[in-house]
Amino acid sequence: MLGLDKKDMTTLLVVAALVLLAPFILNPFPANSAMAQFNAGYPDLMQRFVIFGIFAIGFNILFGLTGYLSFGHAAFLGVGSYSAVWMFKLLSMNVIPAILLSVIVAGLFALVIGFISLRRTGIYFSILTLAFAQMSFNLAYSVLTPITNGETGLQLTLEDPRILGQTATESGGIPVTNLFGIEMRGSETLYFGDWSFQFSAGYYLCAIIMLISFYISVRIFRSPFGLMLRAIKSNKTRMNYTGLNTKPYALAAFVISGMYAGLAGGLLASMDPLAGAERMQWTASGEVVLMTILGGAGTLIGPVLGAGFIKYFENIFSKINESVLHSWFSFLPESVENGAVWVAEHFVGGGWSLTLGLLFMLVVTFLPGGLVEGGQRIIKLFRRRKADDGAEQRAAKSHPAE
Amino acid sequence: MDAIILQFLNGLDKGSAYALIALGLTLIFGTLGVVNFAHGALFMIGSFCAVTLSKLFTLSFETLDPTRKDFLGNPLKIKTPYVEQWFGPDTGAVLIDWAVPLAILFAIPIMIAVGFIMERGLIKHFYKRPHADQILVTFGLAIVLQELVKHYYGANPIQTPAPEVFRGSFDFGTLLGFDPNVIIYPYWRLVYFAFAAVIIGGVFAFLQFTTFGMVVRAGMADRETVGLLGINIDKRFTIMFGLAAAVAGLAGVMYAPINSPNYHMGMDFLVLSFVVVVVGGMGSLPGAVAAGFLLGILESFASMNEIKGLIPGIDQIIIYVVAIVILLTRPRGLMGRRGVMEE
Amino acid sequence: MSNSKFTRRGVIKTGAGVGAGLALPTIFASRASAFTNEPTGSSVTLGFNVPQTGPYADEGADELRAFELAVEHLNGGGDGGMMNTFSSKALKGNGIMGKKVEYVTGDTQTKSDAARASAKSMIEKDGAVMISGGSSSGVAVAVQGLCQEAGVIFMAGLTHSNDTTGKDKKANGFRHFFNAYMSAAALAPVLEKLYGKDRRAYHLTADYTWGWTQQESIAAATEAVGWETVRNVLTPLAQTDFSSYIAPVLNSGADVLVLNHYGGNMVNSLTNAVQFGLRDKQVNGKNFEIVVPLYSELMAKGAGKNIAGIVGSQNWDWKLEDDGTKAFVKAFGEKYGFPPSQAAQTCYAQTLLYADAVERAGSFNPCDVGAALEGFEFDGLGNGPTSYRAADHQCFKDVLVVRGAENPQDEFHLVEIVEVTPVGQVTYAPDHPMFAGGNLGSCNPGA
Repeated sequence: MLGLDKKDMTTLLVVAALVLLAPFILNPFPANSAMAQFNAGYPDLMQRFVIFGIFAIGFNILFGLTGYLSFGHAAFLGVGSYSAVWMFKLLSMNVIPAILLSVIVAGLFALVIGFISLRRTGIYFSILTLAFAQMSFNLAYSVLTPITNGETGLQLTLEDPRILGQTATESGGIPVTNLFGIEMRGSETLYFGDWSFQFSAGYYLCAIIMLISFYISVRIFRSPFGLMLRAIKSNKTRMNYTGLNTKPYALAAFVISGMYAGLAGGLLASMDPLAGAERMQWTASGEVVLMTILGGAGTLIGPVLGAGFIKYFENIFSKINESVLHSWFSFLPESVENGAVWVAEHFVGGGWSLTLGLLFMLVVTFLPGGLVEGGQRIIKLFRRRKADDGAEQRAAKSHPAE
Repeated sequence: MDAIILQFLNGLDKGSAYALIALGLTLIFGTLGVVNFAHGALFMIGSFCAVTLSKLFTLSFETLDPTRKDFLGNPLKIKTPYVEQWFGPDTGAVLIDWAVPLAILFAIPIMIAVGFIMERGLIKHFYKRPHADQILVTFGLAIVLQELVKHYYGANPIQTPAPEVFRGSFDFGTLLGFDPNVIIYPYWRLVYFAFAAVIIGGVFAFLQFTTFGMVVRAGMADRETVGLLGINIDKRFTIMFGLAAAVAGLAGVMYAPINSPNYHMGMDFLVLSFVVVVVGGMGSLPGAVAAGFLLGILESFASMNEIKGLIPGIDQIIIYVVAIVILLTRPRGLMGRRGVMEE
Repeated sequence: MSNSKFTRRGVIKTGAGVGAGLALPTIFASRASAFTNEPTGSSVTLGFNVPQTGPYADEGADELRAFELAVEHLNGGGDGGMMNTFSSKALKGNGIMGKKVEYVTGDTQTKSDAARASAKSMIEKDGAVMISGGSSSGVAVAVQGLCQEAGVIFMAGLTHSNDTTGKDKKANGFRHFFNAYMSAAALAPVLEKLYGKDRRAYHLTADYTWGWTQQESIAAATEAVGWETVRNVLTPLAQTDFSSYIAPVLNSGADVLVLNHYGGNMVNSLTNAVQFGLRDKQVNGKNFEIVVPLYSELMAKGAGKNIAGIVGSQNWDWKLEDDGTKAFVKAFGEKYGFPPSQAAQTCYAQTLLYADAVERAGSFNPCDVGAALEGFEFDGLGNGPTSYRAADHQCFKDVLVVRGAENPQDEFHLVEIVEVTPVGQVTYAPDHPMFAGGNLGSCNPGA
């Protein structure tokens, strides 16, 4: 179906189910319980999960397949965001032209940077991409402020022309981003006993685009083009000896992944019309590298898992504070409670990055293939148990027969 | 002319910091083939060795002065450092004043120990793993190290002054026949430059003139063959890692008076030191040192008002522009060798 | 068996949910409410969004302490702090309008993106009806914009750029902290008195919007008293070593160096300037002087002895003698063991001001709260008589000119107050050119 074999189709369906049911899956705890702190099913974070998923999927097309490690991919995300916000300022609040422009501009930007950077390989390539991205960041923060609004970030104002839309709403506010009238920040809440589930229009737009992106990436992985890219990774010199010029293929992969990053940037701006220069900083480029490796570079679903993992800790763990900890441990005697809070404090609130750093080390040490390998091991464990069960049953059955 | 001389001095000083950090990084790259994102954290730990020692020296006992009040209206607590009590106020004051240079002695064993533990406990399991995994694990380690420092020292920069005699600045211009106050340069920065020169010279001499160094250099050139010769390269790798950590740490100790240490200073230097190493060329120690000085000097020149007037914002991007130009004209940086980290 | 049942139910529910979500696009929560996150239960949730990682984490920690203290006092705990000295007596120590005050915290990371993500989670997930905190103007402007769109009140924390209540002002946003213009207006006469009329200033300015607005303000104010601005040099934000910017200063003919830097930038540039011995030099027959227009306690601590004798401005200082300050310092000091910073004071005052405005308005509706804050005149929160101007939502109050102490008695006495500049001297017209170009818009209650 859809040109995919059975295994890939299953993966796609599983991803589709997970993404579409995310409002339920991510809100497993009743809204008023102490565990509600761990619920991640609110629109902003769900949008971030899928948007950074798109970013990482795109990055994986370059890194996972060709082995070229770009350390400047955040520049494309940033450029995408700026283009989208400018579209909202000048044209209209409809997200379609904004997203299209962000993909196109990021693609062109990637073409230029890729064309130059791909003249080198290995770490030389990485540093070239890093240099371009850092230049973009530094300039966007300072000299290019008329275009980027610098430190504050590019925002919508009540004075923007918006030639195809309205400058301001009747009530005097800035209009909101929409898809032909469906407001991106619109959401419905479904109450189910103590549980509440939020369905956001913006999230489902991102989710559908993410599924399409995922599908395209599966097709690329399985195509002759994908095979060629893998060949670049395994042995570039030999490829060149066969008379094939590998550069156009690598450049195509670079531009495609740059367009994915631009798409992610455009979506970020569509969900929340702001574009800040920090989106281009090397830490942001590093983050997508970490997402991909953490999830499992070169695997289809790994980058998405890695993106979700990092964003979850950043957004959920940072919000746990001392008073929350005290409420969790209040069942303990006071001295033990204080001790437990003291220990836990290191890892939550301002310590969320410590937790993340420790998990990076643990995952990469014990799961060389990233989170995907962890998942595979668990599945294997179940299969083996099932197989064991089956064997036992057979054994049990065979007994009476004797 | 005077402005150029002045910026040249600045560049030498900046360059010596870059060169020291890049030297350690390239030792690890070159000998062990490990991409160490925790190298900036080693520099940071070095700086905090200086902070810790000066905190230890100023560890104080409190006496109450009932004549004066603290902010809540209670009697003021007067703090007297223990060292002043033990060694007398004069010796104590000298110790506190000289905390940063003394921290060198304190930092060497600590940094070597940190290096050994890192290599034996973590890095050695990653020699055969892809560079991507090395990046992830060392980045995780860098975060953990800096968060631990943040937890105990806070996020605010901590002032760690140089000894009294090195404060203030030296008037270079008068030596060269300029008017007074035209070319002045802080004493401590001159000390830093001299210190960097000694360390860089020491590392080169060590690699050049000792058997150990010879084996390591051979290992950098062709690791497999050296292994086949039956030389226990593993033990030497551990020592090299300790040495690299010590170089980064010492660079950090001496840097503490120049910029007040804070927990994320390692990350600030990380990207820059990678650029320096790569511009210098992978696997080349002289390349790393040369690139460090080159970038430091060019960065200083770019911040001159005359040049900023011509190209606004050039000082923001000069390092990256130079890196791009060099990497495009010289495929393996200034002095890189073929085949190192090119896949 | 149970597995398949769960899936079937899930599918039906999602189908319904997706259908509803697409067919009836409404804003934020769907239960009929007059405004975003209307508190319906026995409690009300406030969101405190402060930097917990990154260079301003310590300042964020101090803001958080102040918020916790304010919540304690609002709920009737502790000694009541500045609630006892506050001129408005609407607050009773029984929460806000009888609802117990609860709070959530988040990490801005001093990045607009992360700050907005954190504020959004407070609004979407935790039902926060007000957001406060922050330690930089970029973050304040970004979060203020978000609160305007979402329909909650934003009570700015530490933000000093003119833009926050200038070109980026928003109807739902309120700033208690002072701004660059006020710093300059307060500093210029003191500088004139201390250093004379005939001075030549060299500016080093952090190359982003806050730096620019401060440089513009200081240059204008000092030129008005007769100073000459020799040069303004922009320094990159990520710069840690300022030697190459400081080296040419002595040779430029300038006899004053103005450092328009904040946080780590300021600590480093000042340390570098002192290393170069600038303060021991004589230029044009006068002592060379350094000015740091915006001071903070943490920066003073980071810069150590280098700040001795250096003049700057502050929004508030714990050494002030009024009753509000004394009550706050006592409550804060007894709880945490050290005096509060100006960031803590502004956050504490903002929380009380918000709670009081709700009580007076009799509603949590952002439009009613905003109306109650606009033009509100009060006293007893540590800054003397203060008013929230309706035209731009900026507080007007006295500004402190401070100087680094030569011989501090302890680590809490690093700065001493030189002068309390009266509010009249720092007031400006809402359409002053440095604040022009913005539009408050109309208040947005959300739903």
